[in-house]
Amino acid sequence: MPVQYYIFLSIALFCIGVMGVLMRRNAIIIFMCVELMLNAVNLLLVAFSKMWADAGRVDAAGAQIFVFFIMVVAAAEVAVGLAIIVMVYRNSQSVDVNIMNRLKN
Amino acid sequence: MINLVWLVPLLPLLGFLVNGLGRRYLSKSLAGIVGSGAILAAFVISLLMFLEVRTPGFQAVTVQLFDFISAGSLHIPFAFQVDQLSSLFLLIITGVGSLIHIYSTSYMHDETSEGFARYFAYLNLFVFSMLILVLGANYVMMFIGWEGVGLCSYLLIGFWYKNTNYNNAAKKAFVMNRIGDLGFLLGMFLMIVHFGSVNYAEVLPQIAGVAKGDGTLAAIAILFFVGAMGKSAQVPLYTWLPDAMAGPTPVSALIHAATMVTAGIYMIARSNILYTLAPCVQNVVAIIGLVTAVLAASIALKQDDIKKVLAYSTVSQLGYMFLALGVGAYTTAVFHVMTHAFFKALLFLGSGSVIHAMGGEQDIRKMGGLKKYMPITNATFLIGCLAISGIPGLSGFFSKDEILSHTFAANKLLYVVGLLTALMTAFYMFRLYYITFCGQFRGTHEQEHHLHESPGAMTFPLIVLAILSVIGGYVGLPAVFGAPNLLEHYLHPIFAASAEKVELHEMAHSTEWLLMGLSSVLVIITIFLARNWYRNFTDNGEPRTGIAKVLENKWYVDEIYDAIIVKPLGMLSRFFEEAIERSGIDRLVNGVGRGVQWGSQQVRLLQSGQVGFYIFAMVIGMVILFVIGFLVR
Repeated sequence: MPVQYYIFLSIALFCIGVMGVLMRRNAIIIFMCVELMLNAVNLLLVAFSKMWADAGRVDAAGAQIFVFFIMVVAAAEVAVGLAIIVMVYRNSQSVDVNIMNRLKN
Repeated sequence: MINLVWLVPLLPLLGFLVNGLGRRYLSKSLAGIVGSGAILAAFVISLLMFLEVRTPGFQAVTVQLFDFISAGSLHIPFAFQVDQLSSLFLLIITGVGSLIHIYSTSYMHDETSEGFARYFAYLNLFVFSMLILVLGANYVMMFIGWEGVGLCSYLLIGFWYKNTNYNNAAKKAFVMNRIGDLGFLLGMFLMIVHFGSVNYAEVLPQIAGVAKGDGTLAAIAILFFVGAMGKSAQVPLYTWLPDAMAGPTPVSALIHAATMVTAGIYMIARSNILYTLAPCVQNVVAIIGLVTAVLAASIALKQDDIKKVLAYSTVSQLGYMFLALGVGAYTTAVFHVMTHAFFKALLFLGSGSVIHAMGGEQDIRKMGGLKKYMPITNATFLIGCLAISGIPGLSGFFSKDEILSHTFAANKLLYVVGLLTALMTAFYMFRLYYITFCGQFRGTHEQEHHLHESPGAMTFPLIVLAILSVIGGYVGLPAVFGAPNLLEHYLHPIFAASAEKVELHEMAHSTEWLLMGLSSVLVIITIFLARNWYRNFTDNGEPRTGIAKVLENKWYVDEIYDAIIVKPLGMLSRFFEEAIERSGIDRLVNGVGRGVQWGSQQVRLLQSGQVGFYIFAMVIGMVILFVIGFLVR
């Protein structure tokens, strides 16, 4: 399968993620959209890795190490982010990001 | 002995350090012994050196201590030069200086012991600076001493710093001296640019090789003379010296007789070849000197403060010395420096003795009849007055007469004015003498009860100086007496180069006798005039009118300076403060601060707290970065 298909899929996933982050107000959905963007990038990294490996580059597998890094960082981020969301919910009985402007003034 | 020359300035420096650092711990007698002892020891060394220097055929010796400045081709060593001129000045400075120190131990006895030690520390530092000035082997060393005496005069004039007027007098002396110093400094730079050196031994022979009337030489000479104007109190920079009377009286004696004011004379005598080759500057020197002499003498005619009279007399006598330098009679100028050091120190110390007896009173209208209370002060003061007036046989006669006869040979008009000044000198000195020492006592009963002769430590220097004032003139007898002129012979190597270039005007002996007789007779007549007017002086308390009032107010020179220099300068600074400082720089600096504050007020509004907006801004930013990256590539 040509690599372009993977690229188009990744762009589509990434744009969905960006749009979700920009438009939705629910913190958990924003969170999920961020994960979507990260995974779009992961998909792209893996696709390029395969492409270079087919072309005969011996070090192409290195790209996949990045994927693991991103997964680890994303997992850590989820742990912190979800904890923040839980605390916000406990304080304001809501996960709407628009009411989180109380620090203003 | 010559190799020990560094001891001469070192001893006063040590005295300064001991007295200055230990001023809280030293007793008065110890501080006095340290201070006077240091100068006395320096005097003994100077005397031993002088005995070596005075042998015929002595060549100038340079003692180098270390390299002071060494940059490129310019080498300025920290070196002392011992020759006939510096050796003579050493004797005057340390000799008269040590007498003044001894006198001070008694005069300053009412000070606290801390003030006493501080006083002696300053005095020693003063002598140290002056010794550096005359001993240095280059103009930079001279400049170090030059600045040193300026600083010390500031410290000593403002010694009683709690009095605002005294402090102002000290500041005035300092600022006026700085104006002159700038001239000296610029002259030195010009010298370095053109001759590549400031060492006497290198630069003076180079100058001697330049053609007469060279423009650069004239520029250097006039700049140096500006420096001398400030230090030696010549028109127009003389007003600091009468105000310098604010200091203790022995300080006035030290500043006016042995040190400081003679620095300008020393400098020109040292660079005599420079002035000989710049005849136009020499004329300027002569004219400025004469103007100063007349102006100061006329002011002294109507002053009522005993020290002010002497101060203006000093300015006038300095003018005389510059007149001598201006007509090329360098030896005579140095001769007059020497005799003047004797009789002016004597007069100042005598006036100090009078002020001491009067309990601080300086107004001669409130004195009178002191003759019978203070016989020694009276006798020595009278000798000083006779010497400065130029009565035949005393030291002042020989030096003044030599100046006048050289002036006569150079220019008849200058001579007439010079003679007039000599008569004014005789008049105001004897006015001072008769009002102070003769007639009835005019002070309060309390003062009359307090009157006494001063203690031995004060009368001893007076007696020594009186003897010197009488016999000091015999080292420089004019040629008409047939005896050899010892001083001229002694100083000949210093002025030899100048003497080759210009032949001093020779006069017939009969003319010289005539001039001598004329001035002597006129001076004696003037003294009798003063005697008749002031022998039985009574103070009628009427304010002076007409020309007398102008003279009493010193030709209003201070007021004129105030109006044309000080006030406009003050206005200019106020204008600059308003226009540049406050509305320029301040507004700019404050404007930057206010702009940043206003800007952040506006930018703050972007921080709305809307998370969605932040993310939107971030995404937009990233897109812009991508687009830029794409376009730039």
